[in-house]
Amino acid sequence: MLAAARCVLSRDLLLALRRRSDVATALLFFVIVASLFPLAIGAEPNLLREIAPGVIWVAALLSSMLSLSRLFAADHADGTLEQMLLGAAPLGVVVLAKAAAHWLASGLPLVAIAPVIALQYDLPAVLYPVLALSLALGTPVLSLIGAIGAALTLGLRGGGVLLALLVLPLYVPVLILGAGAVEMSAAGSGGEAQLLLLAAALVFAAAFAPWAIAAALRISSE
Amino acid sequence: MRWFWYASPQTFFPLAGRIAPWCGLAAAILAAAGLYVGFFVAPTDAQQGEAYRIIFIHVPAAWMSMFLYVVMAFWAALGLAFNTRLSGMMASAIAPTGALFTFIALWTGSLWGKPTWGTWWVWDARLTSELILLFLYFGFMALHAAIEDPRRADRACAVLALVGVVNIPIIYYSVQWWNTLHQGASVSLTRAPAMAKTMLTGMLLMALAFWLYSIAVAMVRVRCIMREREAVAE
Repeated sequence: MLAAARCVLSRDLLLALRRRSDVATALLFFVIVASLFPLAIGAEPNLLREIAPGVIWVAALLSSMLSLSRLFAADHADGTLEQMLLGAAPLGVVVLAKAAAHWLASGLPLVAIAPVIALQYDLPAVLYPVLALSLALGTPVLSLIGAIGAALTLGLRGGGVLLALLVLPLYVPVLILGAGAVEMSAAGSGGEAQLLLLAAALVFAAAFAPWAIAAALRISSE
Repeated sequence: MRWFWYASPQTFFPLAGRIAPWCGLAAAILAAAGLYVGFFVAPTDAQQGEAYRIIFIHVPAAWMSMFLYVVMAFWAALGLAFNTRLSGMMASAIAPTGALFTFIALWTGSLWGKPTWGTWWVWDARLTSELILLFLYFGFMALHAAIEDPRRADRACAVLALVGVVNIPIIYYSVQWWNTLHQGASVSLTRAPAMAKTMLTGMLLMALAFWLYSIAVAMVRVRCIMREREAVAE
């Protein structure tokens, strides 16, 4: 079981490594979206400091959604997905590994680059660890919830827009908690409560989302 | 009890046809009574004047919007567990009514908010979670519309409805928490301490009317879905 998970994980990571431009595009998208806000709102430092956590989180949300439709599409097209459905390894474990690979390829780079964006927004340096931690806890949840939507919309016309409609409302709690953690820290009351709740959401999603993803995949590839 | 007797569209079709007009009629009578109580019997509110009377539509609609999502998820779960055709049809028959009540709740809420709060929209916890509920309904209907095969659409939507119903309390509490963090008590939903008995009567009458209306409309809609998908007859 663990061997299967490791195998899927390393395969997906290798695929992501071979197609580096996909990873880079999502990352670039994140940076561009975050850079648009000062242009639209104005470069007033106090205002930017105030909106920074929210902007960074919304950009992370959109960027992680951008790569979701590719999560199962290639495997679906070349028949690998059917083998996974038929294989002896539990589907839940396989999809958990796939979601983990998606996070490592799309979420982790965001965590790494977020402090640079925060620097542009003149966020105090003491908040960088909180921002990075909130993203590190929150983006895996986005990958897991997003994988449900990706599995449900697999092979549908207009899948990308539909995926956004299905997944974005479900992202709301993560967005609130993630941006809230940074804002609370900035306000001086510490963001521990939000970070703990984000961790709880991660545990909850990791435990239950694979079931929903597996069920959705079975329905999609009937 | 033979629970599964009516699980077949063929046997449920005539039953739905018999239920729908009675529920519709009862809904019309109850709505007339509720509106009468609401507009003519219930006293004018000391603080809000006549504007408060919209709660006779607003509160029951908000109740129904949440309740119908749970009912929809219940049918969805039933469909996934027993693989019955009727369950998926019921779930997709309920979704538009649920979305309608969510929209009515938001609309009447903003109509009430303008004279009372002085603004059409407030990022209040309840308003925000109601808005997200509306998005969830739209997602359900959009997914159903996007999948060609109705059986596959039913099952995919069932998974979505169940994921949604797990998420609704989480969304509600996170929004409430976010709201209390962001703004102080600039706006309060608390009304005069004790609600007059006639107000409560009017509201309950309207809630019952909406409930029966939902059943009637769901029955009519499920009959349409059955006719579209398979050969059924009275």
